[in-house]
Amino acid sequence: MAQIIDIVLLVFLCTVAVATVRMRDLFGIAMLFGIFSLLSASVFVVLDAGDVAMTEAAVGAGLTTILMLSTLAATGSRAHPRAVRWKLPLFVVTVTGAALVYATTDMPRFGDPNAPVQTHPVAKHYIETSQEETGIPNMVTPLLASYRGFDTLGETAVVFTAGIGVLALIGRRRKKDGTPVDENHGEDIRAEHHAVVRVVGKILIPAILLYACYIQAHGDFGPGGGFQAGVVFASGLMLYLLLFGVAAAARVAPFAVLERLIALGLLLYGGIGVLNMMLGGNFLDYRTLAENAKDGLHYGIILIELGVGITVAAVVTTLVFAFADHLQRGPVHRQD
Amino acid sequence: MEFFGLFNYWVFIFLMMAGFYLLLSARNLVKKIVGLNLFQTSVFVFYVSAGKVTGGTVPIQQEGITSYSNPLPHVLILTAIVVGVASTALGLSLILKIKDTYGTMEEDEIDSLDVAT
Amino acid sequence: MEAALDVLSWVLLLVGGSVAVISGVGLLRLPDLYTRLHAASMLDSLGALCVFLGLALQAESVAVGIKLLLAPAFLLLTTATAAHVLSKSARRAGLEPLEDTAAAPDAPGGKD
Repeated sequence: MAQIIDIVLLVFLCTVAVATVRMRDLFGIAMLFGIFSLLSASVFVVLDAGDVAMTEAAVGAGLTTILMLSTLAATGSRAHPRAVRWKLPLFVVTVTGAALVYATTDMPRFGDPNAPVQTHPVAKHYIETSQEETGIPNMVTPLLASYRGFDTLGETAVVFTAGIGVLALIGRRRKKDGTPVDENHGEDIRAEHHAVVRVVGKILIPAILLYACYIQAHGDFGPGGGFQAGVVFASGLMLYLLLFGVAAAARVAPFAVLERLIALGLLLYGGIGVLNMMLGGNFLDYRTLAENAKDGLHYGIILIELGVGITVAAVVTTLVFAFADHLQRGPVHRQD
Repeated sequence: MEFFGLFNYWVFIFLMMAGFYLLLSARNLVKKIVGLNLFQTSVFVFYVSAGKVTGGTVPIQQEGITSYSNPLPHVLILTAIVVGVASTALGLSLILKIKDTYGTMEEDEIDSLDVAT
Repeated sequence: MEAALDVLSWVLLLVGGSVAVISGVGLLRLPDLYTRLHAASMLDSLGALCVFLGLALQAESVAVGIKLLLAPAFLLLTTATAAHVLSKSARRAGLEPLEDTAAAPDAPGGKD
């Protein structure tokens, strides 16, 4: 049965991918990519990856689409119709694809329990002994925050850097007291004519934010954790921005606060590591945090997930706010 | 079964190549970003599919279940997705800057403007 | 009792499934945005509601059952709003509803 669902989803994915390649209208392309992401989130569910599916649904179908649409709102949504170069790209793609297909013949079959990935001692350790060592039912969470803590620290730092990069590129110059230097010439994103959406949004936003907190706290027992909670929280704030405009959203989550939160999450993560070293353990060895090693692991994982959640929520909110703010500032005249 | 065992990978490769083709052939920068994202998402699905065990279940410990899918790819891809949206945003904000400076987001027009100056 | 629940949940699931198929056909066959939206929102509201209720009857625990009832509650709120906004935006953008559906360029039976 699962194979039928799998095949149907894969056919959908291929159709959407081909449609995306053939489409000329950029608005349509952005929407098709949203559909592609939502479909791949369904594929993740079929592949038993609940945590990944949750993240992909919030990020791909929600945030990426909104970012693309707000870019298109500023740049215009028509690609110039003209002769497409297709010969060389098609040749490169065919050769690469053929090489990859040839390589798959050496790969273990899909779902094979005896594949090297499954029988490697590390995988066995994660699945079989992580339960005794941590006492956390959701294997993804201790793996993310503890066994692979260094990876996650690196990834959080990349998210942090990207957030800073976007602010440096399209953020507004501000005076010392925080008031922006530039004036507004563009249009505010605000659902002015849509009373129904605003009322429904007011009901939904608290529910979304509460759900984000639930995902954050429940990550030990079910799908969830800092990354998922961060993007869901940010999409709640994004809905507020879309409904009530940049000015109102900036009162709820001021830029100055967001900027500090971006750094705070990463500091919390690194700080725990340094604290572990001061308590006599290795960097990010949470067992030093409490008398009992298991309790220490628990405290460590909860705090790390919190740090990740704060940074991700703040960065993604900042991204969306910065794009909307850029749109509101309006067209910039060439400076040279 | 033998055929189905590889069929999944082939579909993922097709999706990757669709994204790659869009990345190479498009002259419009936003289209290129979409192509990059298509490529990226297909790689995610491919990577997670490597951890799937037939008959296994979601890696959350439960009574009476012995076979779980491998949680390691899930963890790596979970973080990669969020990094992906952050880098996409960086790319899009670069496009906004290019549009502000050059007045276009078509690759060849930007090139000809560069040659002219 | 068990059997009655099973039958009821089968009926609900089948109704939900048929609504899904019918709205899929409607999306393809109907002539303009407004009528297509009508078909699509049938699936979101009625179809999804039936499937979720059918599943909720089979829930093993109260916690799962409540989750299966909360999901359609939110779905009803969001999909109805989305359909409303979509049609309102289309109207504001100047898309006129078709008065005479037979004259539509891609109407069923018409020239393609």
